[in-house]
Amino acid sequence: MKNETDVRIASQRRRQLRPFDARIEEMPLENLEKLQFRYLKKLVYQVYSFSPHYRERMKANGVHPDDITCLSDITKLPFMYKEDLRNQYPTGLVVSLPEELVRYHVSSGTTGKPTVVAYTQKDIDLWAESVARGLTSIGLGRGDVIQISYGYGLFTGGLGLHYGAERIGATVVPASVGNTEKQIELIQDLEVTAIACTPSYLMHLGEVAQAMGVSIKDDTKLKTAVVGAEPWSEEMRRRLYELYGISAYDIYGTSELSGPLFTECTAMEGFHPWGDIVYCEVLEPESHTQMPDGERGELVVTMLQKEGLPIIRYRTGDISAIHHEQCRCKRTHPRIERLSGRVDDMLIIRGINVFPSQIEHTLLGLSEVGDNFMIEVSRQGVLDALMVKVELPQGFSPDKLEDLITIKRHVERELRNSLNVAAGVELVEFGSLPRFEGKAKRVIDLRETV
Amino acid sequence: MKNNAYLIKQISIFSENKPGKLAHVAKVFQDANVNMMSFSIAEAEGFGVIRALVDKPEMAFSSLSKKGIHVAYTDVIAVRMKNQPGGLYEVAAALAEAAVNIEYSYAFAGCHQATLILRVDDIDAAIDIIQKSGAYVLKPEELLCPCE
Amino acid sequence: MFRDKAIETLSSEGLQKLQIERLQQTLKRAQSVPFYRERCKEIGIAPHDIQTYDDVRKLPFTTKKDLQEGYPFGFLAVPMSEVVRIHTTSGTTGKPTVVAYTAEDLESWSELIARNLTMAGMTSDDIFQNMVNYGMFTGGLGFHYGSEKIGAVTIPSATGNTHRQIEMLSDFGVTAIHCTPSYAMRIVEVVEEMGMSLPKLKYGLFGAEPWSEAVRAELEKRLGVEAFDSYGMSELFGPGVAFECPEHDGLHIWHDAYYVEIIDPKTGENLPPGVRGELVVTPLLKYAMPLLRYRTGDITMLMPEPCPCGRGMRIARLTGRTDDMLIIRGINVFPSQIEHIVMQIPGVGDQFMVTIERVNHLDEMSISVEITDDVFNGELDQLTKLQSRLVDELKERLELRTTIRLVERGSLPRFEGKAKRVIDLREGM
Repeated sequence: MKNETDVRIASQRRRQLRPFDARIEEMPLENLEKLQFRYLKKLVYQVYSFSPHYRERMKANGVHPDDITCLSDITKLPFMYKEDLRNQYPTGLVVSLPEELVRYHVSSGTTGKPTVVAYTQKDIDLWAESVARGLTSIGLGRGDVIQISYGYGLFTGGLGLHYGAERIGATVVPASVGNTEKQIELIQDLEVTAIACTPSYLMHLGEVAQAMGVSIKDDTKLKTAVVGAEPWSEEMRRRLYELYGISAYDIYGTSELSGPLFTECTAMEGFHPWGDIVYCEVLEPESHTQMPDGERGELVVTMLQKEGLPIIRYRTGDISAIHHEQCRCKRTHPRIERLSGRVDDMLIIRGINVFPSQIEHTLLGLSEVGDNFMIEVSRQGVLDALMVKVELPQGFSPDKLEDLITIKRHVERELRNSLNVAAGVELVEFGSLPRFEGKAKRVIDLRETV
Repeated sequence: MKNNAYLIKQISIFSENKPGKLAHVAKVFQDANVNMMSFSIAEAEGFGVIRALVDKPEMAFSSLSKKGIHVAYTDVIAVRMKNQPGGLYEVAAALAEAAVNIEYSYAFAGCHQATLILRVDDIDAAIDIIQKSGAYVLKPEELLCPCE
Repeated sequence: MFRDKAIETLSSEGLQKLQIERLQQTLKRAQSVPFYRERCKEIGIAPHDIQTYDDVRKLPFTTKKDLQEGYPFGFLAVPMSEVVRIHTTSGTTGKPTVVAYTAEDLESWSELIARNLTMAGMTSDDIFQNMVNYGMFTGGLGFHYGSEKIGAVTIPSATGNTHRQIEMLSDFGVTAIHCTPSYAMRIVEVVEEMGMSLPKLKYGLFGAEPWSEAVRAELEKRLGVEAFDSYGMSELFGPGVAFECPEHDGLHIWHDAYYVEIIDPKTGENLPPGVRGELVVTPLLKYAMPLLRYRTGDITMLMPEPCPCGRGMRIARLTGRTDDMLIIRGINVFPSQIEHIVMQIPGVGDQFMVTIERVNHLDEMSISVEITDDVFNGELDQLTKLQSRLVDELKERLELRTTIRLVERGSLPRFEGKAKRVIDLREGM
C-alpha cells in the first residue's frame, strides 16, 4: 500500500515540474502583451466609470480611458500611493457592490489608519491561482504536505498560502504561528515536505529543533520552504540548504496587491509575476522613466483583473529590476529580480542609484572580509565619493601589508562591478564598527543638500 | 577559598506570599531556641525568599527542613561599619571599582555600630577588597552584638 | 430560511433509507482502517449487515483514546495524496489528536456551516466578522469556509485586540459575528465603555463552550443580536455539527451527515429521547477519517418533539461532559495535558492544583505547583525563572495564558484514588 502511494507520488512529482497552466504560463510574450492590453483597457474604463478616486485623478492628469490605445500608454495613468489607500479608509476605493464582495483584509498601519483590501470571489480565486502557479513552479503539488506557518487571520500571509496550497491539491497543515515545539513535532509526525513562513521564523524553527535534538535534515522530510514577508539574503538561502537541507524560495506580494502572490521558480532567477494577473513596471523613482532590463528602480504594479479594490500603478516602494527574456524554466512572462531594498534607502552617487543592500550582498559574497560595514558618502569638489568601511574577519592577522592591499583592491573591484560606480574601501579591525539591534543604520551621508 | 573563616551562613527560606507564613517560620525558630539577628524578605509574584541571620544556622536549617520547609544555606559576608553617614559608600565604591557585583544586601544596626550583610558574586575577592579599604569584616562568631 | 429544504426536512422512510445507505458506505470505507477491520471481523459484521437502526448497535464504539493510539495516521482511510487538510485537536496527553480531510470532506463541512448560517437568516448581503482562532483550531477556518460559501463578506479578524475588533465591527458595518459567548460578553462591555453602539449587528453565533439562557438574554439585549448556539468538534469535522434554528429550542444535528445516538456512558446502552446521556455520533459523509459510533463525551438528549420549523433531529443544549475535559476560553484542555506539561519541567514536585475563575467575563486559569527541594538554592531568581518557564511552556502548548503559583512541598492536598486537581469557580455561563 505504502509503496503504491510512493510510486504514485513520484510520478505526480514528475508531472509537477510542468506548469500549473502551460497555456498561460508559456504563452508567447507577444500574445501576453495583447492580453494585458485588453485587460488594462477594460480596467481603465471600469475605474473611470465606478471609482470617484480614479476618475478625479485621471481628470487631473488629463487622461481619458479613450487615450489608452496601447499597453505602453499605461504610463499616462496616475500613480497610486499607500497614502491614497489610507486616506480612503475604510471602503472609499471599493468599486464592487457589497453583495459581490466576499472578504476584507485589513493591515495595521505602522502610522495612522490601517489599509483595507476588499475581494470579490474572482479576486480570491486569482490570488489562489497566482500562488498555486508559484508553488507548482518549485515542484510542489498533490502528495506534498505543506505546513503554513504564517499568521492566519487579517494578515494575508496565512490565508494566501493556504488557498494556493489547497488549489494544487497538497495536504495543508494550517499551523499558523507560535507553539514552535509542537510545529516541529508535526513536521516529523505528519511527514511535512514543505513549509511556508517568514525567514526569521524558519531560522528560529531550526534552532528550536536543534535544541530538541531533532535534525531537520535527517529526521524530517522537509525539503522545501516558501519564505517571504521579510527580506532575506542569498547567504541565508545557502545556510538553510547546508544546515537543514531545505531549498528556500522567495515569495513576493503585499497586502495592497491581495497578499503574497509570486514566487521564484527552481531556476531561482527572480520572481515570476503572472502577466495575466499583474503588469509590472520598474521606474526611476524620481524621474519616473522606465528602467531598461536588469537595471534597478522602483517596482510599480497594476493588478489587471482585480475587481473589489482596483490597483493601478501602485508605487510599492520596493526596489527591483525587470527581465523580459524567457526564463530557463520556459515560462515566458517577464520576471522581476528579488528585492534589493526600499526606495527610501536609495543613494544617488554621481547620478547612479545605489542601494545599501547591493553593497551588503556583494560583501557577503567575499570570504576575506567580515559582515559588518558602514557606508560614507561625501562630496569631493563637485563629485560624490562613496567610501565603504568593512571589518576584517574575526581573528584575521595579515602576514604582510601586501595582503591587505590585495584584499582592498579585490573588494573595490567587486563593488565596482556590482554597483557600476567606483567605491573606495577601507579595511578596519574586527569589532571596530557599530553593531545594530533591529534595523541597521549603515549610511552616513556627509553631502550638503544642493 | 582562602577566606573561609569569614564566611557567614545565611539561612534562605522559600515562602509563599500568604498570611501567617512568616509567623510559621518564627515559631519554628522559637521552638528550636534559635535567635534571629536580622532578616529581609525578597518578593516575587506570589512568593518570596526570607533571608535570615541566626545564631545557630545548623539548628535552624534542620528544624525548618523537618517541618518540610524549603531551606538553603547562602554564603554572605558581614562588614562592620561606623554608624554614621558615608559608611556604606566606601564599601560599595571599593567593590564597584573591582567589578565585584553586589547581588543584594541588607543591614542591621546595633547600639554603636552597624553591620552590613552582603551577597556578592565573588566572595573571596570581596573580602580582600573590603579589608584593604579599611573596613572590618566579621567572622561568624563576631556577629552577635557585644552588648547583648 | 432553508439552504436545502428537501434534505433538511427529510423524514421517516426517506430519512431512514438515506441514513442506512450512508451507514453502510461509512462502514465500507472504515474497512480501510486496520482498527475497524479487526473490530468488525471479531464481531463478524459486514456493511450489508446494517439494515435497520438496531443493527447499528452491533458496531463498536470509538473513543478519543482509540484515536490517540492511532496517532498520527492510524485512522486514515485514504492515501495521503487524497488528504488536503490536517487539523489537530487537544489530546489527553502530550500528543494531539489528528483529523484529516479530503476535498469531499471540506466540501461537506463547508456546506453544513453554510446551511447553519442560512438557517440563522444570513445571506450574501451580510458582513461577517469571524472572531475565533484560525490555524489548527477548526473554529476559524470552518466558519470562514461556510461564510464564503453563502457569499457573505468575511472578515478573518481572528482573536485579540478587542478595541480594533470593535472598530472594524463599526467601520465595516458588520452584521454577523462568531465568537465564544464569553468573548461576546467582553465585547459588550468594551463597546459600552467606549460609548459606542453597533446598530447594524444582527446575528451572534456563539459556540466552543457551554453558555446559559441568562447569557443569551444579556447578549441579545446589550449587543442587539439574535444569539445562536453552535455545536461541533474537530473529530466530527469541526464546528457546524449542530446549530440552533430561529426557534432557539435545541440544536438541529444534521441527519444527512451524522447518525446520532444517546447512550448511558456507564453501560453503553441506548437511551430514549428525553433522557440525558452521552452523545454518540457516526458521521455519514466522512472520507479521510470515517468514524463509527464516536463517543463525544458531551452530555445531552434527543428532543422528543418535532421542531415547528420542520427540520429534523434536535439535541438539547449541552450541559456537561462525561470526562474531566475543561473548556477554557473556548479551548479544550484535559487536566492530564497540564500534568504532562508541568511534570516534565525540572524543579516541579509531584503535586499541582488548577483553579479556574471568571474575571471580567473571561476565564482565568491559575496553577499551583509544589517545588522540589533541589530547585531551591536560596536565590529568588532561580524560582522566578522556573515560574516564567512554566507560564511560557503552558502558553506554547495549550495556547492559554496561566498564572503560576509556586508553593511549598506538602502544601497541596494529596489524593487517595482518583485525584481531583481542578477547582472550577466559574458560575454557569
